Amino acid sequence: MAVDTTEAAEAARQAMGGIGVSLARKEDARFIHGQGHYVDDVVLPGMLHMVVVRSPHAHARIRGIDSSAAMAIPGVIAVVTGELLAQHKLAWMPTLSGDTQAVLATDKVRFQGQEVACVIAETKYIAEDAAALVSVDYEPLQAVTTPQQALEPGAPVIRDEKEGKTDNKIYHWEAGDAAATDAAFARAAKVVKLSTYYPRCHPSPLETCGCVADLDPVTGNATIYMTSQAPHAHRTLFAIVAGLPEEKIRIISPDLGGGFGNKVPIYPGYVVATAASLLIGRPVKWVEDRTENLISTGFARDYYMDGEMALDENGKFIGLRAHLLSDNGAFFADAQPTKFKAGLFHIVTGSYDIPAAHIVADGAYTNKAPGGVAYRCSFRVTEASYLIERLVENIAVELGQDPVTTRLNNFIPPEAFPYHSAAGFDYDSGDYPRAMRVALDMLGYDELRKEQAEKRARGELMGIGVASFTEVVGAGKGKDYDIAGLRMFDSAELRIHPTGKGILKLGVKSQGQGHETTFAQIVAEELGIPASDIEVREGDTDNTPFGLGTYASRSTPVGGAATAVVARKLRDKGKLIAAHLFEADVADIEFDHGKYSVKGSPDNVKTIQDIAFAAYTNLPEGLEAGLEGVTYYDPPNMTFPFGTYMVVVDIDKGTGQVKVRRMVAVDDCGVRINPMIVEGQIHGGLTEGFGIAFMELITFDDEGNCIGSNFMDYLIPTAWETPRFELGATVTPSPHHPIGAKGVGESATVGSPAAYVNAVIDALSHLGITNIDMPVTSDKVWAALRSKGVTE
Amino acid sequence: MKITVNMNGAERSAEAEPRTLLVDFIRTKLGMTGTHIGCDTSNCGACTVLLDGRPVKSCTVLAVQAEGRNVTTVEGLATGGKLHPIQEGFHAEHGLQCGFCTPGMMLVGAALIESNPHPTEDEIRWGISGNICRCTGYMNIVKAIQHAAAANAAEKTAGVA
Amino acid sequence: MFPAAFDYTAPGALDEVLSLLRQHGDDAKVLAGGQSLIPLLKLRFAAPVIVIDIGRVGGLEGIRRENGHVRIGARTRHRDVESASDLRGTLDVLLDAAPLISDPLIRNMGTVGGSICHADPAGDWGAVMLAVGAEFVVRSAGGERVLPAAGFFEGPFTTGLHSDEVMTEIRIPVGTGRSGGTYLKLERKIGDFASVATAVHVVLGGDGRITSAGIGLCAVGAQSIKATAAEAALVGQAPSDEVIAEAARLAGEAAEPKADIRGSAEYKRDVARVFVQRGLHTAINRAQGATA
Repeated sequence: MAVDTTEAAEAARQAMGGIGVSLARKEDARFIHGQGHYVDDVVLPGMLHMVVVRSPHAHARIRGIDSSAAMAIPGVIAVVTGELLAQHKLAWMPTLSGDTQAVLATDKVRFQGQEVACVIAETKYIAEDAAALVSVDYEPLQAVTTPQQALEPGAPVIRDEKEGKTDNKIYHWEAGDAAATDAAFARAAKVVKLSTYYPRCHPSPLETCGCVADLDPVTGNATIYMTSQAPHAHRTLFAIVAGLPEEKIRIISPDLGGGFGNKVPIYPGYVVATAASLLIGRPVKWVEDRTENLISTGFARDYYMDGEMALDENGKFIGLRAHLLSDNGAFFADAQPTKFKAGLFHIVTGSYDIPAAHIVADGAYTNKAPGGVAYRCSFRVTEASYLIERLVENIAVELGQDPVTTRLNNFIPPEAFPYHSAAGFDYDSGDYPRAMRVALDMLGYDELRKEQAEKRARGELMGIGVASFTEVVGAGKGKDYDIAGLRMFDSAELRIHPTGKGILKLGVKSQGQGHETTFAQIVAEELGIPASDIEVREGDTDNTPFGLGTYASRSTPVGGAATAVVARKLRDKGKLIAAHLFEADVADIEFDHGKYSVKGSPDNVKTIQDIAFAAYTNLPEGLEAGLEGVTYYDPPNMTFPFGTYMVVVDIDKGTGQVKVRRMVAVDDCGVRINPMIVEGQIHGGLTEGFGIAFMELITFDDEGNCIGSNFMDYLIPTAWETPRFELGATVTPSPHHPIGAKGVGESATVGSPAAYVNAVIDALSHLGITNIDMPVTSDKVWAALRSKGVTE
Repeated sequence: MKITVNMNGAERSAEAEPRTLLVDFIRTKLGMTGTHIGCDTSNCGACTVLLDGRPVKSCTVLAVQAEGRNVTTVEGLATGGKLHPIQEGFHAEHGLQCGFCTPGMMLVGAALIESNPHPTEDEIRWGISGNICRCTGYMNIVKAIQHAAAANAAEKTAGVA
Repeated sequence: MFPAAFDYTAPGALDEVLSLLRQHGDDAKVLAGGQSLIPLLKLRFAAPVIVIDIGRVGGLEGIRRENGHVRIGARTRHRDVESASDLRGTLDVLLDAAPLISDPLIRNMGTVGGSICHADPAGDWGAVMLAVGAEFVVRSAGGERVLPAAGFFEGPFTTGLHSDEVMTEIRIPVGTGRSGGTYLKLERKIGDFASVATAVHVVLGGDGRITSAGIGLCAVGAQSIKATAAEAALVGQAPSDEVIAEAARLAGEAAEPKADIRGSAEYKRDVARVFVQRGLHTAINRAQGATA
């Protein structure tokens, strides 16, 4: 069907707010008035406040806890310890990765900041005063602070509460084909290696985690306001963990001040607040402070990676090996599909046609906070993308090749899609050379290489970094993807009212991604009802269909597909009603953006609003009333967003400071529902990637003391340091997705760190410097320069 | 002790201990939750309010220091149901995603264009360098403030004409 | 996250403040802008019995020139120094340092005197005051003293101020002669403390030689450091690349940095050297371009 491109048609399209329109956000109104409703804004009658007492030691036995001084303060209602929870079988809880985690420590503390006791009091200030008076008698033990140390024979056993556990190993996992990969390496003309560490960083959403647990002692109903990216999954897990009847649990995830994966795990604070509310009979609020968020909640990465690529005599990649060692902290609590211990790391073949690959992953316990899979990582895709793009940079250096040439020589060609990768993925669609060409053009690549050569001759340091990432999102097909056993389908429930407006309820949960607008746009496109007439609801388990929530960029690929499918169901029911109204055959009914007509009479139109009204007032015999449906969508495959990012840096030889001069990002996320919102997601991800590349770090001293546990030391870029991004786009739709969209929330965090770091390496590789681990701070650059005799 | 502030043009009082932080006074004693808490070391700016027209971190001011002074929060930006240009700018330019930093950003932006009606991009980025945003990467926040500055300028020109 | 409980008073007159300080001694903390004190109270690193707020005392703010001095009221906000553009050409180093202190919100509340008295080894004003040869006027119930900046900073968060004294004014001599200065700060991001910072202030005579030089180092010692050997190596000299390089080398040697997450001691020392070198070039260029 030809698309009407007249001005009037364009204006109509904008007014409808369908796919492709940069519609201003419907949800903005409450936020710009300061009427956003976040968990800490919830105030209930009789509400108490909870503060957590935390361990100052990374590893210590608990000899005793004395709460008497705390209890003596007026306004203190209770002090909950592990001992009390143990009586209710609540001292330990299952994690999302099949391990157990202490809710409150009983025998030992296993990381600095671990929850030891909770004070519940009339006000936050009183609870804080009392918490300072809870006295814990610790017997410090030797702390294990790296996974290498953890796996050494004779290392202290961290999880000695597990019967028969004599080491700190968690898992061993492999993907790919060892034999084929070994064969490739055996015949390789050249092998290039890279060992790199992706440091521990933290999603650190601006709103910390928290809840208000309200257990009604009369009805037994539990209403829990909770910072949750996955309220339905959390509800089911609460029912299992706390033994509360599932139908009596209502989880309300209200407005969330960012998530980035930090609000997927279940934290001890939620469990204790719920238990306390149950025992005391009053609502209990727990909201952590920033230090608690950084020191104890789900961190990201902390991944040691050894990569090597086998090349043939023409510089083509013939085999890829990756060995990974993961620092998972004291409890294995990764939020990822259960069948994949290294998440989706096996996307590590990236944008390249590599016939053989073998990935080996090991995980270890350490005396640190639990976590690893978070911070817009697409389930460890950030780590994989970093490894391959850094390795390709080093390959280019060894081959004496321009890194663009190395990539173009090895890209999966556009005609090869759908592409089955050596590690087991079926890439849906891609055109990598096209995105590369757009980026080259936007950057003015050739001119900059000339400038670099001139500067280099004068001893000035300038670098151009390239990263061409392919990532994988949209978890996922039920038989392969589950979290804690719950299959990763997602859902959409749509009802159109008699007056032609609708309400869409979703199983996903926005933390700022604009679902109230973008999902309404999908309905607008499919049904021809203006997006402004579609109300979108998420987050309340009582009135949304069961879904697995929002993380790993899955909302558009899975929830968006469900929305399109359910809208089409209603469209098709509408055809039956239209046939009745037109007194025509249903096979002759045509539909075009909200207008039903009979074939051959396009001007005789019944609108979707007419149909909606008729659904309640004038139906054909035998057809149920209403215009409503629900779809649970099981995606047939993942989706594969991709792009090329380019960064230009200038380095100050005297201080080692790196200044990002330009940052060009060309993204392909398939069909863009709302280009303005897509760009906003990319801006945010590029900034997080910038922070990770240059300044964000959580680290530990030899005793397990956490450094980077507040915003003085955990550095988040301000508007001043953050580069001014230049965005480009290509659109290669996903062939299997109902609207061709792939998802984009994490692409920029996945693809950009390597681009930033490659720019620094590109500035320095002529000096023989081939790696600097993140964060690439000025002192590290200075030390690398000094090691090669370069001074100011 | 009783603490009285001029809150968004109206006198408001509540009993509070001297140690009460201004942000807690606003959120808990006055029940106004538009001002947010994002950190515990005075680094993030989510708690920004205007104190006698100047942006400050209300987590690093004692409520009693604001005694008798003018405090402006996000709830005071719109007047008589009409949005402040900064609010319009943030909406028009997609300057917010999760909304948590937004009240502070808008107040800083409003104060900035009040004292500097034609700020450069550098001046805007410098001006908001005390406010962290995790979602937007700042690009559209800059545009939002530029939008508000332009709207202000247009209105003044119109007023003069 | 919140302070422990304390008593609070906000006298309207300085004499009352001083008498309370004499009465309470170490049980009291003076509150000016609060941008250093309140974070300490929240972390409970400080837990005074009484907080004495000097915010209502008159006569402690403002910047003026008088009798060959620039006089800055101790409770002047950082922001007010930042916008005192008529200091350009006289005290460049102050104008360059002020905008680099913390972030704009902190600068709206924090005070010059409060920051100096807090004496964080990574606090910016300390190095600046050492470079410009400032004097601090302090008062107690027993009278007034004038303390030179050199020697005022004794150790981390430790100064020559007695527990019953309040700083009322900072006096900086600004004589004749062409002056120039600058402040260079290595920080990991806006709002961070300095990893290394240097303050430089030079005055040139009619013959183009350096008549006085002040070099203050920030964040590279237990307290702010005056690089006296480097200063002495400049006085009387005609400016040249070699003279500047030597002074910078001496300044680097005066630093006593500690290795930490920001970098090795060797790194910090070398950045101090590089910054003093760059700073002196800028300062001298400015002085040469200035009219007396």
